[in-house]
Amino acid sequence: MGSFVPATDRDKKEMLSAIGIDSIEDLFGQLPQDVKLMDGLNLPSGMSEMEVCRKMEGIAAKNTVFPVIFRGAGAYRHYIPAVVKSVLSKETLYTAYTPYQAEISQGILQSIFEYQTMICELTGMDTANASVYDGAAAAAEAVAMCRDRKKTKAFVSAAVHPQVMETIKTYCFGNGMELTVIPEKDGITDLNFLKEHIDGQTACVYIQNPNYYGSLELAREIGSIAKAADAKYIMGVNPISLGVIKTPEEYGADIAVGEGQPLGLPLAFGGPYIGFMACTKELIRKLPGRIVGETVDFNGKTGYVLTLQAREQHIRREKALSNICSNQALCALAVGVYLSAMGAEGLKQTAIQCMSKAHYMANQLEAIGYPVINHGEFFHEFVTISKVPVEKVMSALEEAGILGGYPLTGERAGQILWCCTEMNAKDDIDRVIGILREV
Amino acid sequence: MLIFEKGQEGRKMSILPECDVPISLPKEDDQRKKSLHLPNVSENEISRHYTEAAKKAYGVNDGFYPLGSCTMKYNPKINEYIASLPGFAQIHPLQPEHTVQGCMEVLKTTEQYLCEITGMDRMTFQPAAGAHGEFTGLLLIKAYHESRGDGKRTKIIVPDSAHGTNPASASMVGYSVISIPSGEDGGVDLEELKKVVGEDTAGLMLTNPNTLGLFDRNILEITNIIHEAGGLTYYDGANLNAIMGMIRPGDMGFDVVHLNLHKTFSTPHGGGGPGSGPVGCKNLLAEFLPNNLVEEKNGYLFKSPVQSTGQVKSFYGNFLIVVRAMTYLFMLGKEGIPEASKHAVLNANYMMAKLKDVYDMAYPRTCMHEFVMSLSRLKKENGISAMDIAKGLLDHGIHPPTMYFPLNVSEALMVEPTETESKETLDQAITVFRSLYETAKLNPEILHQAPVNTSVTRLDEVRAARNLILRYDFSDKETDKDDTEN
Repeated sequence: MGSFVPATDRDKKEMLSAIGIDSIEDLFGQLPQDVKLMDGLNLPSGMSEMEVCRKMEGIAAKNTVFPVIFRGAGAYRHYIPAVVKSVLSKETLYTAYTPYQAEISQGILQSIFEYQTMICELTGMDTANASVYDGAAAAAEAVAMCRDRKKTKAFVSAAVHPQVMETIKTYCFGNGMELTVIPEKDGITDLNFLKEHIDGQTACVYIQNPNYYGSLELAREIGSIAKAADAKYIMGVNPISLGVIKTPEEYGADIAVGEGQPLGLPLAFGGPYIGFMACTKELIRKLPGRIVGETVDFNGKTGYVLTLQAREQHIRREKALSNICSNQALCALAVGVYLSAMGAEGLKQTAIQCMSKAHYMANQLEAIGYPVINHGEFFHEFVTISKVPVEKVMSALEEAGILGGYPLTGERAGQILWCCTEMNAKDDIDRVIGILREV
Repeated sequence: MLIFEKGQEGRKMSILPECDVPISLPKEDDQRKKSLHLPNVSENEISRHYTEAAKKAYGVNDGFYPLGSCTMKYNPKINEYIASLPGFAQIHPLQPEHTVQGCMEVLKTTEQYLCEITGMDRMTFQPAAGAHGEFTGLLLIKAYHESRGDGKRTKIIVPDSAHGTNPASASMVGYSVISIPSGEDGGVDLEELKKVVGEDTAGLMLTNPNTLGLFDRNILEITNIIHEAGGLTYYDGANLNAIMGMIRPGDMGFDVVHLNLHKTFSTPHGGGGPGSGPVGCKNLLAEFLPNNLVEEKNGYLFKSPVQSTGQVKSFYGNFLIVVRAMTYLFMLGKEGIPEASKHAVLNANYMMAKLKDVYDMAYPRTCMHEFVMSLSRLKKENGISAMDIAKGLLDHGIHPPTMYFPLNVSEALMVEPTETESKETLDQAITVFRSLYETAKLNPEILHQAPVNTSVTRLDEVRAARNLILRYDFSDKETDKDDTEN
């Protein structure tokens, strides 16, 4: 059996005698006898570290690690510089607690302050929080923070990631906000529907840019419609795209959110990921989650602390806007290291490569009879129609060690959502084209 | 020095190869015009920057961390190795099911272990933290009442000693909160409970042992009172480390429970996340659980409950945290799980016994895995607050206990030593606590000044909140060409 308890029999004896009892069981005498576990847990016995290691390696080996991936749909394979893992492996950083004791947590607080700055720079917004669970939770929290007594409706584009939509729905079921889905038209948000239905009770309009199908939205126009109705404008964005595409601030957004996983976090079967949230100055006090601020110590030396905690559950308790306390600090650290390693120029090059490879692949696919159905501009994802059954396409690619695009369902059955990043070499794209030609 | 203040314009790392396809750019109108300031640094500078950050931080690896209600136990290194295996770390969440059978086995097996430990029937791993689990658990309660057309249940009962997230979570789900005081023995006051419970009770949120470090002896009666009124009972798993393998929330009458894998099951806190807050429930609530439960049927497959509350975040939760927890559970197994609890409780009672002649204990009876001291006498007589003692501990290389919590004890310090600390460590800490008491009596000024051996001295939190500086300001570095350049 494995154990991490250092107490020896002798230690135990001395401790029991200091307490003045005979056995550890005496400490549990207050538990109700009739529901106490008398026969113990119905579980296997514990194992040595070596046995567990073998067992877990065996379980990991049951998964297929695809060397080549053309699937995105909310989780993206990008190159992660080696220095990211090196920094994240520093034991002090990954075993620390939430930095309530600021004097011994300056390293963590400073790294969050740097992260906040980088998110502001990426999005063009004024303030960012110290992260939330993931992009979907960030979207749902953003919608919730727009609510006030008179404004309780949320308009959300049908072209957002389906899991983001589901998460927003769940939060609205909780807080009672009325959710209206703005239908899509030709793969982007239907502006006319929004114009006709938005009203004075609308708290916010939420769109994703590039949207779920990879297309750029008419983001400026949607912002104007939201503004005219005095509603807040929330944009969900892919952070890599911001290396080359206009920021939410430039499109007129009040709040920018997104999934930070592309910035240095592995695919990890869906988590841990990181949600980022940034907003204009006016909304700072409504921004949920942790925020780090700069201050000075007794001697006037610069330092960092968690601040604006009056918004949080410590003080307002039942009036708090959000219950978030622990965020994704270690993931925020990864983002900080990633963006430091890339720099502005590196991020821009990454974005350009993602976009260029996607366009190259789209052209090649069209040439072999997989028409692209995105009407306007797209970033690094796009949708094609498949002339052969999608399962057949996917199996053929899988046999070659390639994870193909994501098969869409429902009304879009028969369509494939493809994704390219800087990781997809031209050779791999050409290989896919060659295989599809044969299918 | 911030990372933005290091490096030089033009300095960079070489990460990317040349682009091997023709370049495509967005239309001029969709291109970013706003300048983007990120560090201009070499790999060496990055590496040293974060080594310096680590020196100005304090993890479980650096020393004793007796933080009440947070269970800062040692994080076994095997967990980290397993979580980094490509077979877990490099799997796309939307791969076909037959290519992710290992990941699904992790979810299913961990579910089975944790259901056995909690006495629940099903469990979701979607919630990413304890508070997120509370939100999810309360959604189940809400969905349950709504499915029965029982719309009048609008209130959640929460003891005054509860974690601050409990009322906040209830509020996010649209419930109003009834706070009930603790009785003289530190448990729920049964008479008060009977007074407030009724047809409008949606449920009760409770942690047991509670945040006073005490096991509520009336627990069976409490859950019974709620059930008889038609409400449901929610178990906050923050303190499960005291009882796992000894008694189960499900057997105590709880219908839904959240766990904190980053507390009880030894996954690192990461400076405040990523955590994982799985939610377990009895069968009557299982049909409302979030999407994508794992079923076993000639292999594993995902299935969503018919009346699912949908998603509380993307995909299946913080999967790599679950991998770590499962590694830990495999190591401990049937015998090791209760052993951990027993020693957590032993360590807490030992420290309490060795300190109670100087520090006042809020409830001087057998505690569970944590105990609460009240420094109100010290404050009155010597002007030394819980904060002062906490800051004094920093100078001795010990992470302070939780301060000013629970709220119903004045000048509270809440100590949780955990089972992974040795007797020597506890003895050293006891010596430090006792010497700080002496200092408080004889030389209080020293404690008002503490800490002095840290990278910064006591920080001005009021100033931070009044004069908001929430990001680095590049404006004095801007040149006139900025914002016009591409």
